[in-house]
Amino acid sequence: MAQASESIKRYPGFLAVTLFCLLVLYLPLIVVMVYSFNDSASITRWGGFSFRWYQEVFQSAENAKFKSATWNSITIALMAAITATVIATSAALGMIRSGQWRGKASSFALINLPLMVPEIVTAVATLIFFSAIGFKSGYLTILIAHCVFCIPFAYLPIAARLQGVETIYEQAAMDLYATRWQTFTKVLLPLLAPGIISGFLLAFIISLDDFIITNFVKGAGVETLPTAIFGAVKQGIKPNIMAISTLMLLVSVCFVTVSYLVGRRGQR
Amino acid sequence: MAALAPATPANPSPVMSGSAFDPMRRRLLLPAWLMIGFFLVLPVLMMLVYSFLTKEFRGGVIWEFSAASYDQFFFDRGLFGDEPARIEWTYITIFWRSIVQAFVATVICLLIGFPTAYFIATRPDSTRNIWLFLVTVPYWVNLLIRTVSMKFLIRDNGPLNEWLMMAGLIDSPIHLINTNIAVQLGLFYSYLPFMVLPIYASVERFNFSLAEAAADLYASRWTILRRVILPAVKPGIIAGCILVFVPSLGAFLAPDLLGGAKNFMIGSLIEEQFKGNAGNWPFGAACSMILLSMVLLVLMLYARNQARAGVQ
Repeated sequence: MAQASESIKRYPGFLAVTLFCLLVLYLPLIVVMVYSFNDSASITRWGGFSFRWYQEVFQSAENAKFKSATWNSITIALMAAITATVIATSAALGMIRSGQWRGKASSFALINLPLMVPEIVTAVATLIFFSAIGFKSGYLTILIAHCVFCIPFAYLPIAARLQGVETIYEQAAMDLYATRWQTFTKVLLPLLAPGIISGFLLAFIISLDDFIITNFVKGAGVETLPTAIFGAVKQGIKPNIMAISTLMLLVSVCFVTVSYLVGRRGQR
Repeated sequence: MAALAPATPANPSPVMSGSAFDPMRRRLLLPAWLMIGFFLVLPVLMMLVYSFLTKEFRGGVIWEFSAASYDQFFFDRGLFGDEPARIEWTYITIFWRSIVQAFVATVICLLIGFPTAYFIATRPDSTRNIWLFLVTVPYWVNLLIRTVSMKFLIRDNGPLNEWLMMAGLIDSPIHLINTNIAVQLGLFYSYLPFMVLPIYASVERFNFSLAEAAADLYASRWTILRRVILPAVKPGIIAGCILVFVPSLGAFLAPDLLGGAKNFMIGSLIEEQFKGNAGNWPFGAACSMILLSMVLLVLMLYARNQARAGVQ
């Protein structure tokens, strides 16, 4: 019987489509990675293996621009992800451990609003808002905008985790005269940790990834890595861009691997 | 009344409800409400106001009411604005093109994404997570970098054309960049995981003994797929389609980098009003409002559909 059910599940050609799908997803990334090691100055011809474009990333005249952009990207992503994770953890407790009340659905919709509004609309609205209240655009405006759209990305894994944690642990702690704060820090927080870590990592990556909103709310002279790369790409794809892309790609892959492993540990 | 109400499953014991569930916990939502309310809801309302103001040349606005932006969007009144109003097709065409592009991208994602999601969901537990991991990794890579990589790959003198020519499959490079197909490819590449994940979740929950029952009743493999599996995983398919369609509609990077000037989509039109040469903030705000209304309409239809399905 088991064999029969296995064969019913199978459809001819689905494996081929899956492999094609993976090919389309990975081919561009692999090609860019390979060509970033191309010694030739022409980006089309293969001229042997070399690290020269990586050296150039760290030494060329453009170096200073990319260095400050990288610094901005990382510090903004770190601060935005931390802020969003704290707000999202609090919101998850407020949603999932508050029982039933009127307006709960609306509250859920509000928290997830940044996911529903198209990015370009958020970008326009934020630009108009800061300009209308006379807030000078720059580092701080980017940071605020990033905090806002990171909240739902941090919220979803944390809320999912909290939903899976039964209330008996909190009740046991409180029966043993733990204060609310102790219950939270000593009981809930360790149980929530996998969700909080995935939420934080997701928010961090999403902040690092953002181009459209950043492009609108950044002032003159403040760049993040994506806006700096976009500016450079407008003048043509140069090998040093491919080297930077490869480095960013590796960082992303490291992140997703860590997140995957944390998630797997959380499931056990 | 309250005493008669059955205890909700989430709140089994009224005696203990004070400890695990506390309505006062709603206060914990305040930071999120304030942050999103102040920096997203308020800005969107402000954008609505701006769309009814008068434009200042080189960006910004004059605080004078005017419906000129919406008028400019829908009507052509000649160069000096004194001719009888005719329908202005320029912007409607751009919006229509965006809808078509997003729709085609959604269909392509579905055609490729469904078999992929189905295949992954029916793998044994040991390998399923690895397949899933492989499909989601590209989503975590910076969207700009993915789009630039695609541009690099499909350029006229890029690696793809070179390989195809070396293999003798084509004589001259296929012109892909700056075409509709390139935009489709870019959108497909950007949002495919959004299609795969919800469908995967539905297929994984599907009870395959139903398929077995159909097979016992002599249904063919494709009949089972069409009449038993597809109806059961429909919610996942609809969710996937919305998750691909909505961001595709307002996409900026794929049309801008891969489509070129001829394949202008809504995203580029809006960007041009603020960052580019057009510099017409009220018009950009109006376009954004129209885009936002379209997206909210799709989401509301979806929510209504969901609610109706829930009632049944």
